[in-house]
Amino acid sequence: MEAFGLLLHGFAVLLTWKTLAVMMVGLVLGIFVGVLPGLGGPNGVAILLPLTFTMDPTSAIVMLSCIYWGALFGGAITSILFNIPGEAWSVATTFDGYPMAQQGKAPEALTAAFTSSFIGSLAAVLLITFLAPGIAAFALQFGPPEFFAVYLLTFCSFVGLGREDKHKTIISMTLGLLLAGIGMDTVSGTLRMTFGWNELLRGINFLVAVIGLFGISEILLTMEERLALRGHTASISLRVVLRVWKDLPRYWVTLLRSSAIGCWLGITPGGAIAASFMGYNLAKRFSKDKDSFGKGRIEGVFAPETAAHASGTSALLPMLALGIPGSGTAAILLGGLMVWGLNPGPLLFVEHKDFVWGLIASMYLGNVVGLVLVLTTVPVFAAVLRVPFAAIAPMIVVSCAIGAYAIQNAMFDIWLMLGFGVVGYVFKKIGIPLAPFTLALVLGSRAEDAFRLAMIGAGGDLRVFWSNGLVGSITTLALILLFWPLIGPLFERATRLWRPARGSRAA
Amino acid sequence: MATPEAEIIVEDPTAPAANSPSVVATRTVDVVTSLLLLALAALLCFDNWRTGIAWETDGPQAGYFPFYLGVILAGASFYGLITSLATRTGAAQIFLTRDQLRRVMQVFMPTLLFCLFTQWLGLYVASFLLIAGFMRVIGRISLWKSLLSAFLFAIIMFITFDVAFDVIMPKGPLEAAFGY
Repeated sequence: MEAFGLLLHGFAVLLTWKTLAVMMVGLVLGIFVGVLPGLGGPNGVAILLPLTFTMDPTSAIVMLSCIYWGALFGGAITSILFNIPGEAWSVATTFDGYPMAQQGKAPEALTAAFTSSFIGSLAAVLLITFLAPGIAAFALQFGPPEFFAVYLLTFCSFVGLGREDKHKTIISMTLGLLLAGIGMDTVSGTLRMTFGWNELLRGINFLVAVIGLFGISEILLTMEERLALRGHTASISLRVVLRVWKDLPRYWVTLLRSSAIGCWLGITPGGAIAASFMGYNLAKRFSKDKDSFGKGRIEGVFAPETAAHASGTSALLPMLALGIPGSGTAAILLGGLMVWGLNPGPLLFVEHKDFVWGLIASMYLGNVVGLVLVLTTVPVFAAVLRVPFAAIAPMIVVSCAIGAYAIQNAMFDIWLMLGFGVVGYVFKKIGIPLAPFTLALVLGSRAEDAFRLAMIGAGGDLRVFWSNGLVGSITTLALILLFWPLIGPLFERATRLWRPARGSRAA
Repeated sequence: MATPEAEIIVEDPTAPAANSPSVVATRTVDVVTSLLLLALAALLCFDNWRTGIAWETDGPQAGYFPFYLGVILAGASFYGLITSLATRTGAAQIFLTRDQLRRVMQVFMPTLLFCLFTQWLGLYVASFLLIAGFMRVIGRISLWKSLLSAFLFAIIMFITFDVAFDVIMPKGPLEAAFGY
């Protein structure tokens, strides 16, 4: 087992006091980010990214990924105790988590949430450990045409499979791709869309855009709502933890199902939000006692949390192996990798073994440490919500500004951040999704480079995208997904015509 | 309801009222956004057309990709414009009520001022002013608490970023007086 040996090596890289300390700091910051309203996983990582600029890449990625795990854990706290989902993927957790807290079973609900988060992540990390090296090795054979085809597949699946209005997804994606093109063209060296403006020569930094789109706009949106809250406090005793853990084997089907859903949706661009709802709904559908869901059933906490975490973690698989992020936060981590001069993709597994396996080992360790940390410190984090929003809001604004400025030491970026904040606010309110924008902005120039390198190699012949079985099938699949909203209904009609002919249709 | 543990309660006295009158309808914002996106697409297309959108023997010129992306953006925005003008049902949907506008402006204006001040006074002084002012004026938190938290936050940020991690922030006259 080569993966196993490399993983052990990864643990060896990781087990230094410095890395462990970095891990703890990352987890605590992450839980804060998850608990506080107006901050979320993506922004937390984006804002705190500058902190890591002076670290070595391994410590830096450990810290950032721990912020991410922490945020995943933290979202459950507010959902259960306050009925306020700190993150969109915790909405499904409130359905049964909050009723449990109202019945005085908050400790059980929290333990269930944290434990299932842990199980979900573990399933996804196992998947990454054994699948990622294989995929990366396979992808090493990829040339520019294959890479472009994979990028195309990512973009097309967003448009074809997304649940938002198609034209809004297209607006969001093309806008992201256009902004990614601003500045120096890497292939020919010509300036594009700068309008003679020096500040635009650098191009629009992806992280600045993310901080504005998610951080600033979220503050504006949060202020619109009523901020009063009422919730429970809870501390978890060892006895409760053991009692919940003893019951755990009874729910193995739910846990397994949710893990599988999460892993699948995390790898494809569906995301943790869809995964948590799907996990919950399927648990309900397959349950013998459907009516008890929504009234404080522990299974209703297990299902969405496992799925959300499995999906959040497995989103890192395509990022590591192919350089394509499976979620918004993975996209930001990818941005971070590029800041440190690491080029995400299959070569990472060859050229930076220490880094990759250190990161994978940190996923195991980070989740174990995170589980212990949240189980012991829940009351502290619940109390954070006592701090009035009027004190937190300006501090978040300042953190955003620091984050935006630090990336390129440019005052212009602070203004850009503010602009993106307003754009993000309006887009969210009129239903233009931000995820395609983020993805397009981070992948845009890589996709274009791949396309043009493929063109140079093939002498400008578009048929290069069907030149062999691999690239041909990926490109074809991408086009099918893009036009799925048109093809899907036809397909359905065809099957409907087919069925009565076989006489198997029951009335 | 059995609640064995103590509860955490946070009030929000200045919350926006549910029946506050509408300032602008969602459809209006939809239309305006579509028009702005159309204008942006036209501008970018024009610039890329100047750069060159031809297809040479070794593939597309620099402006090729962005030009056609601009065309797609224009198309999608145009479609959005037509649908939002055509639908009657969305007309009544409220984008923002007057109370909500007030609250959003309560954050947006200070943030704008903060960005301006950062340019002249440096980030740390500006952040002190933002936090103290926001807590005092909008949060109605007592003066000493506001000043103390703002001061502590600015100092901690300074130590973390400028001193410990060597991430240099914009500075103004105050930091200069201390020799930074």
